[in-house]
Amino acid sequence: MIPNDVRMTPELVAEHGLKQDEYDRILKLIGREPSLTELGIFSAMWNEHCSYKSSKVHLRTLPTKGPRVIQGPGENAGVIDIGDGLACVFKMESHNHPSYIEPYQGAATGVGGILRDVFTMGARPIACLNALSFGAPSHPKTRHLVSGVVAGIGGYGNSFGVPTVGGSVRFHSRYDGNCLVNAMAVGIARKDQIFYAAASGVGMPIVYLGSKTGRDGIHGASMASAEFGEDSEGKRPTVQVGDPFSEKLLLEACLEIMQKGCVIAIQDMGAAGLTCSAVEMGAKGDLGVTLDLDKVPCREEGMSAYEMMLSESQERMLMVLKPEKEKEAEAIFRKWGLDFAVVGETTPSKRFIVRHGGDVMADLPIKELGDQAPEYKRPFVNAAKPEAVDAESVVAPVDAIEALERLLASPDLCSKRWVWEQYDHVILGNTVQRPGGDAAVVRIENGPKGLALTTDVTPRYCEADAFEGGKQAVVECWRNLTAVGATPLAITDNLNFGNPERPEIMGQFVGCIRGIAEACKALEFPVVSGNVSLYNETNGRAILPTPSIGGVGLIEDFSKSATLAFKRPGETIILIGETTGWLGQSTYLRELCGREEGAPPPVDLTEERENGDFVRSLILDGTATAAHDLSDGGLLVALAEMAVASGIGARLDAAPSDIPAHAHWFGEDQARYLVTVPTDKVSAVLARAKAANVPVWAIGTTGGDTLTLAGERPILVTILRERLESWLPAYMAGEL
Amino acid sequence: MKAAVLVFPGINRERDMARTLRLISGRDPALVWHAEKELPAGTDLVVIPGGFSYGDYLRCGAIAARSPIMDAVRAYAGKGGLVLGVCNGFQILCEAGLLPGVLMRNENLRFICRDVYLRVERSDTPFTRGYNAGQVVRVPVAHGEGNYIADGETIARLEGEGRVLFRYCSPDGMIDPNWNHNGAINAIAGILNEHGNVLGMMPHPENHVEAAIGPTDGRGLFAGLAEALERAA
Repeated sequence: MIPNDVRMTPELVAEHGLKQDEYDRILKLIGREPSLTELGIFSAMWNEHCSYKSSKVHLRTLPTKGPRVIQGPGENAGVIDIGDGLACVFKMESHNHPSYIEPYQGAATGVGGILRDVFTMGARPIACLNALSFGAPSHPKTRHLVSGVVAGIGGYGNSFGVPTVGGSVRFHSRYDGNCLVNAMAVGIARKDQIFYAAASGVGMPIVYLGSKTGRDGIHGASMASAEFGEDSEGKRPTVQVGDPFSEKLLLEACLEIMQKGCVIAIQDMGAAGLTCSAVEMGAKGDLGVTLDLDKVPCREEGMSAYEMMLSESQERMLMVLKPEKEKEAEAIFRKWGLDFAVVGETTPSKRFIVRHGGDVMADLPIKELGDQAPEYKRPFVNAAKPEAVDAESVVAPVDAIEALERLLASPDLCSKRWVWEQYDHVILGNTVQRPGGDAAVVRIENGPKGLALTTDVTPRYCEADAFEGGKQAVVECWRNLTAVGATPLAITDNLNFGNPERPEIMGQFVGCIRGIAEACKALEFPVVSGNVSLYNETNGRAILPTPSIGGVGLIEDFSKSATLAFKRPGETIILIGETTGWLGQSTYLRELCGREEGAPPPVDLTEERENGDFVRSLILDGTATAAHDLSDGGLLVALAEMAVASGIGARLDAAPSDIPAHAHWFGEDQARYLVTVPTDKVSAVLARAKAANVPVWAIGTTGGDTLTLAGERPILVTILRERLESWLPAYMAGEL
Repeated sequence: MKAAVLVFPGINRERDMARTLRLISGRDPALVWHAEKELPAGTDLVVIPGGFSYGDYLRCGAIAARSPIMDAVRAYAGKGGLVLGVCNGFQILCEAGLLPGVLMRNENLRFICRDVYLRVERSDTPFTRGYNAGQVVRVPVAHGEGNYIADGETIARLEGEGRVLFRYCSPDGMIDPNWNHNGAINAIAGILNEHGNVLGMMPHPENHVEAAIGPTDGRGLFAGLAEALERAA
């Protein structure tokens, strides 16, 4: 008989984030009133964060297969084949609500969680990235959040010992009450040494590994599945505390026992800790699990079954062990100073049974806990598509050079050096391209292969047109990988949205997914892992729809990768892709004209592919000496970035007369790149482009110490650098 | 070269260091666990690599400095054996009493990872014989607590005895507060003990040794050491 000292009331059920109909479903499923521990277990498994109940039906439409895909979504991380018997394991995950409440620990444990997801599968992490969205710079909390989040990401990754090689940082008032912290980790494993969560074999010992269990993070996943109100500060105790030192030990110990062949199945304890990991291992393996909580290593005395099952203490793992290897595995964990305790076993019953202090505290059907979580087809409405902005109607408030200076110094476009210098990006000695370029490039083991890595999304495009915005997020990621010479292989998506119970938010979600799916299909760029973060709103105000896309590309010889810096004076600058002067939703329109309007630039997937494949071929055969993707800020911003990265100036031809000059320089048409080529190769490049059906124009020449546009005042590259580099340090120092 | 690279829990640049030693000397170093009481027989170079030993939750390096292996290192250094401590390794050497002074938090209170320029002050040591005196080298730093300080008397001794081996400087070798990222006194980046056989330094020469990855200015330190050891052997 399960002791049940606490009476179930509608209030108690609601406090656990469960709706009445969900509670009725529980009653029907188990045929009796649940105990408090059981209610806690259900709330942990059936919240949005763990169950994907609002998103599942749509996530199924994403393309997840491909010749290189070894493991798609549904495991701790996605796995792709990168040849030579090696696999790349990667995933991105959000830690938004915890980071808003307690920025340092929230961000730190976000990094810790995603690293565990990767090394749980047997991979040694080789790189981290992130995608950060903060409120308006003028909002009183923004500086505090930037400072804490960046320090937290650095604090964890630096100590753990993985280079943080790339990412993105943006600011917008729609994130004032709800910042986004999306962390991505990438690891390398041997293809024949990948570890999964599904348990197998009856009577196998279940082992608890890592740090002790405390009372931290209880209900973290439920907190992440609700909107914020005025009382969000009161939720600080639900944020976990990270310990990168223990995680580094856990990494080494886990990889050691995996190598020694001790592991049948392994799952990290992330959201909803012991509950989620034990249920997943059993449910995926069609087995029951019995846990004896008296054996769980605890940091505090007198913890109840309820607390232990819901604790989100960090740096813990659950493993199904080969019984004959118990002594060997335990010795390895003791050597690293970590806890190792057999806390249960697999059973044939398909029941999830939790014992504590001589009582059975929970006895639940394990498959239903996981698989029969509620699933919703929530109603959605598609927002009306905005009209395109006619570039002719946008009056340029200042000349092109002043506009460039202001754009370079704007919060979204300025250099993020202040951020990435707080991340160790050189540890492990494999970082070929450091932060600040289109994509980071890291060497794989001893080379010559390299991986290109990036995170991208343009939330204002998604807000204006979810479908086009979803497509654009994928193609920008694809372009950034291409611009360093890599072949894009696969993505992880981290979908951040508001409250899915509101049809207009659900409409954004559905639209973005459709866009992502279409782009991924057309580019053969499958989704292999991901995470959904809903309820990102405060007092009824939702964030901009932000489907962050983390991309992985492969380059056969990393020494051939391209950087965006001009290489020498006297080379020809070639623009690839059609320029129509698309100002709708552009950074120019927002920063210079104060308007966030219009349709975002449309994405033509055929053009993207043709133009990108062309650029990649120019890079890999050594024709292109520099390459850069065009995105926020358009052509002139990209040119300025290439000049600043090299210290070499450029002289550019006049803007064509058929579109307004400011639309030409700052429009955000898609599928575009800039490359430089030695002058004697220009005619050959133009001929190749014609044959490949790719529109190209020679638009200028590198050289000198200024950026000079025909008909405009020249500007020194050193001044451009000053504009690009000054804003963020000055802002963070409180000088702005 | 028979190098021993010490591994304390939380050290995380031991792989970088081992790879570099192998690359330069053609020989794998021994990775020596902190709980060992002795160094491998024949060790001719002890390297304490970077990282966050014991999480740096106490003073950086304080716990590692009291590990069993450190008694062996003290004995080895006392007999004139060569010891190189990089980053956390420098902090550990200071905490172990093998080098004077202490590393405080960076002046701006933030972790800093970037390439810096170092002026090599002397070339007549086993650690710097691969460089010329006055040469400027570019190497990365990655630390939150690299701001070297000691009492005035100690600094005067270090300077007077020529024991400051590396200083942060501008690309053309000038000592300039703008190029001293962590605020270290006299722009000190690396110092020797009084017998000249123990070097502690904050920057990471081991991360700048391969042309395919980036600058190679770190090679000189390891190549010089390998040569010195070969001569001695």
